[in-house]
Amino acid sequence: MISADLNIVLPELILAVYAMGALMFAVYTGKDATAPLILGSTAALMAALGVWIAISGSGAATAFGGAFIDDGFSRFAKVIILLSAAAILLMSQSYMERIGILKFEYPILIALATVGMMMMVSAGDLMALYMGLELQSLSLYVIAALHRDDQRSTEAGLKYFVLGALSSGLLLYGASLTYGYAGTTLFSGILETISDGKMPIGLLLGLVFLFAGLAFKVSAAPFHMWTPDVYEGSPTPVTAFFATAPKVAAMALFARVAHDAFGTVTADWTQIIALLSVVSMFLGAIAAIGQRDIKRLMAYSSIAHMGFALMGLAAGTMFGIQAMLIYLAIYVVMNIGTFAFILSMERDGQPVTDIDGLHQYSKAEPLKALALLVLMFSLAGVPPMVGFFGKFYVLQAAVDADLAWLAVAGVIASVIGAFYYLRIVYFMYFGEERDAIQTPMNAYNWAALVGAAVIMVAGVVNLFGVEALAAAAAETLVN
Amino acid sequence: MTLAVFTFYVFSTIVILAGLLTVLSRNPVHSVLWLILAFFTSAGLFVLLGAEFVAMLLVIVYVGAVAVLFLFVVMMLDVDFAELKAEMARFMPVAMLIGVVLLMELGLVFGVWNFADQAGDLRQAVTPSLSEAHNTQALGEIVYTQYIYLFQAAGLILLVAMIGAIVLTLRHRPNIKRQNIVAQINRDPAQAMELKNVKPGQGL
Amino acid sequence: MPSIILFAPLVGALICGFGWRIIGEKAAMWVATGLLFLAALLSWIVFLGFDGQTQQIQIFRFIESGTLSTDWAIRLDRLTAIMLIVVTTVSSLVHLYSFGYMDHDPQWREGETYKPRFFAYLSFFTFAMLALVTSDNLVQMFFGWEGVGVASYLLIGFYYRKPSANAAAIKAFIVNRVGDFGFALGIFGLFFLVDSISFDEVFRAAPKLAETNLTFLWTEWNAANLLAFLLFVGAMGKSAQLFLHTWLPDAMEGPTPVSALIHAATMVTAGVFLVARMSPLYEFAPEAKTFIVYLGAATAFFAASVGLVQNDIKRVIAYSTCSQLGYMFVAAGVGVYSVAMFHLLTHAFFKAMLFLGAGSVIHAMHHEQDMRNYGNLRKKIPYTFWAMMIGTLAITGVGIPLTAIGFSGFLSKDAIIESAYGAATPAGNFAFWLLVSAAVMTAFYSWRLMFMTFYGTERGDKHTHEHAHESPRTMLVPLGVLAIGAIFSGMVWYNDFFGKTSAVETFFGMEQTAKAESSHASLSLIGAANAAENGKEEPSSSHDGEKKAAAEPGKGAIYRHPDNTVLDDAHYVPKWVKVSPFIAMLLGFLGAWVMYIRRPDWPAKLAENQRPLYLFLLNKWYFDEIYDAVFVRPAKSLGSFLWKRGDGSVIDGALNGVAMGIVPFFTRLAGRAQSGYLFTYAFWMVLGIVFLVSWMTIRGGAI
Repeated sequence: MISADLNIVLPELILAVYAMGALMFAVYTGKDATAPLILGSTAALMAALGVWIAISGSGAATAFGGAFIDDGFSRFAKVIILLSAAAILLMSQSYMERIGILKFEYPILIALATVGMMMMVSAGDLMALYMGLELQSLSLYVIAALHRDDQRSTEAGLKYFVLGALSSGLLLYGASLTYGYAGTTLFSGILETISDGKMPIGLLLGLVFLFAGLAFKVSAAPFHMWTPDVYEGSPTPVTAFFATAPKVAAMALFARVAHDAFGTVTADWTQIIALLSVVSMFLGAIAAIGQRDIKRLMAYSSIAHMGFALMGLAAGTMFGIQAMLIYLAIYVVMNIGTFAFILSMERDGQPVTDIDGLHQYSKAEPLKALALLVLMFSLAGVPPMVGFFGKFYVLQAAVDADLAWLAVAGVIASVIGAFYYLRIVYFMYFGEERDAIQTPMNAYNWAALVGAAVIMVAGVVNLFGVEALAAAAAETLVN
Repeated sequence: MTLAVFTFYVFSTIVILAGLLTVLSRNPVHSVLWLILAFFTSAGLFVLLGAEFVAMLLVIVYVGAVAVLFLFVVMMLDVDFAELKAEMARFMPVAMLIGVVLLMELGLVFGVWNFADQAGDLRQAVTPSLSEAHNTQALGEIVYTQYIYLFQAAGLILLVAMIGAIVLTLRHRPNIKRQNIVAQINRDPAQAMELKNVKPGQGL
Repeated sequence: MPSIILFAPLVGALICGFGWRIIGEKAAMWVATGLLFLAALLSWIVFLGFDGQTQQIQIFRFIESGTLSTDWAIRLDRLTAIMLIVVTTVSSLVHLYSFGYMDHDPQWREGETYKPRFFAYLSFFTFAMLALVTSDNLVQMFFGWEGVGVASYLLIGFYYRKPSANAAAIKAFIVNRVGDFGFALGIFGLFFLVDSISFDEVFRAAPKLAETNLTFLWTEWNAANLLAFLLFVGAMGKSAQLFLHTWLPDAMEGPTPVSALIHAATMVTAGVFLVARMSPLYEFAPEAKTFIVYLGAATAFFAASVGLVQNDIKRVIAYSTCSQLGYMFVAAGVGVYSVAMFHLLTHAFFKAMLFLGAGSVIHAMHHEQDMRNYGNLRKKIPYTFWAMMIGTLAITGVGIPLTAIGFSGFLSKDAIIESAYGAATPAGNFAFWLLVSAAVMTAFYSWRLMFMTFYGTERGDKHTHEHAHESPRTMLVPLGVLAIGAIFSGMVWYNDFFGKTSAVETFFGMEQTAKAESSHASLSLIGAANAAENGKEEPSSSHDGEKKAAAEPGKGAIYRHPDNTVLDDAHYVPKWVKVSPFIAMLLGFLGAWVMYIRRPDWPAKLAENQRPLYLFLLNKWYFDEIYDAVFVRPAKSLGSFLWKRGDGSVIDGALNGVAMGIVPFFTRLAGRAQSGYLFTYAFWMVLGIVFLVSWMTIRGGAI
């Protein structure tokens, strides 16, 4: 019994045990001197786990009485999470070294956060959901404040912590209302109580609170307020991490709860999601225009992008989930590439994040400027970059689900949002001479930047088959 | 009204009042004290439910450790609450309004609250009946067998909390003398002392 | 073979236009010209070997959209064959001519390369024109129609440094848009009613269309009439008929070879071709035909009258073209499409030659175009003089009356005038008189041109006259070839176009109505005419007994309604009718001779005495002024209103307002909300949850 269960959670188990082992190893040997080693091995292990899950996983199984679900959907999300976390980890090494905060706890906390995310996407129970969420969040609170001598970093960690606690409270309140109505915390059990498709008002209230808590985690407006401050204050690699894996995990969890626990009453929750989606898209697009700090910019960008991903979820259909997964996969790749660039931005050896430094950048570094241009176009959703297809899928899902108004709003928002992406391109190619920045890069970051750009262009052919994988994954979630 | 019911109402009232005062009292130390009262009365409620083990845990862990720790932290911190409150006061009317709205809505929901048909059975299904297993055993069974996954996850969370606390606060200041136990234990007279044969009357 | 004819010019245009940097300027021009000569040669082979049977040659699938499904195909029948030789012959000669004419053009600076561009445009035009005439359906035709429009635009504006050339190009394009709008509406209407745009289907449905009513502009119309009219509006634009003619004189801003090719021989006749091509439809649209007759006659008269007083040598010929097109439309309008095509053919030869001759004069006179600065040039440029003389003889219609011997214009123009009379309708009579008076004026202005250019005293710049020189051989050879056509084309094909009904029907591959030949069909033409005159009877009544074979529309190249006997009747008009054009020609010639040879001071005096009339004519009946006041100015002011108020204030204002006002406002708002204070953030979250809860409780979940 227990061995079968453990077999199912083996990837999580390996990663958790590895994290503890690495912690012991580092504490009893060289402490921070071992950080590069641990960082490398953590990334390697996560990448290996990602590949392993991608290759070996098949079928669907539950463990621990339904609290843990291993199915195609969770595997799809886990692969993205593990690979992106590994990529960000590798990218962050040189930056962390430069500002002197490459502590051995950093990769270990990332590993534990990743365990939390994997638990989230596999959650089959409200309690498991909460445990995964807290494991992830707590790790993130800590690494947000990792640069503890920097006021902004500390502030970011604190803000994130307090607001995260509030959102956890909302989530827990929703969970308890749900439990109060259904008498069980298992998703399958909740679904059974509403199998007739009727939504009692109490459960509806629980749903709203639950979703509010989750919306905080995906930084959907109006629960997004922490995002710009935390993104700006955190060390840049941490920001990069925030923008990628946790977003995927939270979105996947969102979808999991929506469909596994409330799959029979889609009409009730799609309107909430649609509302969150449209507000996020517009807020992300509009508020970013005023930003000169590229990290804050990326924060609003991720808010807008999460709005789009939510649009897929708002469709409430299998195709919607597929579109959402495709969108997330593309979004993560774009962000890895962009942050690889942001991580390298510096002036006189000091990291900078001001976009004014990008003026005339194309003269100094034509190739990197071109790669960034491709990524910006892709983020803006300009065809034929892959980013366009991500938007296209979710828009189509929305239209198919009779949410044409949402699709139209999405298009308008993306037009507004295109402004700030294109402004960066404008600065790079047509800007005036200013105090220029330098972007020294190591091989990892260069490969991440250029690789992401190449994917954005080359993926046009067939999106590297992600479409079919996402379809298969969506099928296991929505029946 | 039996004694049990009477006691329940007494404890319940005190819990709610204590909770309210925890939030409302101006002095943070008072807040913590009210919190301790709330814990105590909650423990009393647990006893009424027949959950003696949990009740004792509450008293020992929460009152004995957590709350006292809180008290120390609060007393050592120098937070100017007045300033924060002044800023917050601006939003008070709106916040009140919204609070009232939310409260009314929740009241509305409470008015039409109903349970799922299976809810009662499902709730019972998790725990063994009290006649079969006593309190501690049932708890152990649930926590360490049925919910082992969640229990371990909670463990991981605590581990993260610990790592976090260390990584954010522990500083190795260089010019401070520290006790090196290994060095102390491994010390032997041969290394620690050098015997000099000083000839009398000559000095070094 | 037809495919080669069609695509050789396109290949030439592409090679010449894009490849000249690789293969060199000269080579590019020769490639384009050589390919056109090949096309011309093949066209003649096709034309002479053609048996009259309609062939369809599919080239590729064109459009596949709902029920709209068409091929790109060549429809090869007699009409197409005629147009093929006209287009390719004139075009190839113009290509050749351009070698000389475009050499050392003063419009271009030293070292600039413009000739390959010119040749590429010419070849492209030829391709588009061939696509138009070979089309098998209306959309393909429309493609060619617009293609020649573009080519025309490019070539009129070829001297893009001249503002007047640009203005003329734009004018041509815009005026043609008006016509094309009608054409497009006609196509839509046909597709709407017939559900197909292929000619075969449309023709087959023509009788049915005549019985269909269609609501358009809140009125019930007869479908055939309405559609025929709409198509004719397109033809009006392209063929510069009255009301839409204003662009043609201005189009003379283009280089002279262009005027010869596009604005005399080919493109402007596309309208006539369209009417002939759609003859099955027009045969069922009597009102539309009547309208065509009136308009064609009016155009012929109007343009000829304006031509009387113009001083620019090319403008004279341009108005002449306009006028001759009016003749063709009269022929088409009264139902003798073959005669319209006949005049189209002969006109192509002599008018192209006149233009090329004029070009040669202009070339000789260093690009001086005002005839008042010419005079006594016949010695200096003798070949050109003789070519122009032949052209003038052809256009004025010199020939031996009552026989089929004469210059080409004589035969075809007389045929039209006789047909107009023979139609025996009010419109026909109206047209007859207008055409005869137009013939007087034609003769007058043609001879005026000759006299002012080649006779009299040398006027204008001395230096220019001293350096006047004969054109190079590349320019004279085309003139010679066209001269042959101008002299003989009428006599050679007289019978095929305007002979006995049976001959014409054979030529055009129509279903024979042989047994319906009327009683006097066997008589000689003169005899028949005599008989008709002696009989003093209504010509049409004499062969009412003709048996009507209910021929299927669309069988041959053109279609003749069983009731339509104009072709036959035209041969039996009174003798005075037949002679009247000749007399008109003589009158015109004498008038010109008196005014410009005998008493050169008279024209000025006449202009003085009849000042209002003179100004009226000189200003082209004030069409441009009226259009300017009625259409251009209001459109301009409306445009600038929409631009400044509508576009500038409303749309730009709104967009800028959104982009620079509202969005930044929200941006600032969002920025202010992002205060940095924790409790603000928490407050927003609570606000969000309260909103969601309220919304859900009020709406009560799914509705």
